[in-house]
Amino acid sequence: MSSELLPHTLEAHPVTGMYNGKFGVWLFLASEVMLFGALFSAYILLRTHGDFPSHKETLLDYRFGALNTFLLITSSVTMVMAWASFKLNDPGKGKMYLWITVILSCAFLFIKIKFEYLHKIHEGITPSYSTFYGIYYCMTGLHGLHILGGVVVMLYFLTVGAGLWNKNPHQFTNRIECTGLYWHFVDLVWIFLFPVFYLL
Amino acid sequence: MAASAEEVRKSIKSYMLVFGALAVLTVITVAASWLKVSVALGIFIALVIASVKGSLVASVFMHLTGEKATLYWVLIISAFFFILLILIPVIQNSETAHLIDQVT
Repeated sequence: MSSELLPHTLEAHPVTGMYNGKFGVWLFLASEVMLFGALFSAYILLRTHGDFPSHKETLLDYRFGALNTFLLITSSVTMVMAWASFKLNDPGKGKMYLWITVILSCAFLFIKIKFEYLHKIHEGITPSYSTFYGIYYCMTGLHGLHILGGVVVMLYFLTVGAGLWNKNPHQFTNRIECTGLYWHFVDLVWIFLFPVFYLL
Repeated sequence: MAASAEEVRKSIKSYMLVFGALAVLTVITVAASWLKVSVALGIFIALVIASVKGSLVASVFMHLTGEKATLYWVLIISAFFFILLILIPVIQNSETAHLIDQVT
């Protein structure tokens, strides 16, 4: 089977020390650092020049932010546990952890949309309301899209892509690891977004 | 990064420890925001805690500590430009302040 695969799909490349897919994800994440870095830069510029309220003056409820932080860090643990389970040749447990990750991600999005976005929009607080809400919707919205993207990938591996485990468990585990790297990065971004928007 | 089954089993304990640390640090982040300190100090404390949490996620969950130097170079370059992006508004601020001083 491995002879049909591209070189270094399973085994580590001598230069990078990892299989190509994983190195590709790391390069992608490096570009994501620049994307969110530009937005954090814009945030600092607006915060220091714009009419920015402190968190106690906004309608952002830090309790929702804290709850979502807890959901995301829990999902990071379940994601890495999913990879560990597949690595230990226990696909049943691996799928269970992956499903838990999906559920936690959906809970995050549900809270964000139902109790935060829709609640504010109902009160007339849209992105054009102020510079603070403009950058808030932009950054948290982009982060939310990343969550959605991660959920789509996880659902793919739980459904139509699950067959790869039977054909090539090593390759499947590698793909879960790449998904995990992306997922931990999304968690990492939220770790900074939470204090920046809800607490400072 | 962890490769063998035995190494993966050993890593599971550290995943749980990091999870506990992240949960505690989240509570500390919220608690610290209610401290009666200056805005600058408040921002500093919050970002230090966030950086510690981010480092834990990157080093343990993303297995960054066990990777080869090639990856570190990629990330160092990325971090350099990230810091540059963050410094742009800071430089902009000091220039603006200088111009305001000249006008007034």
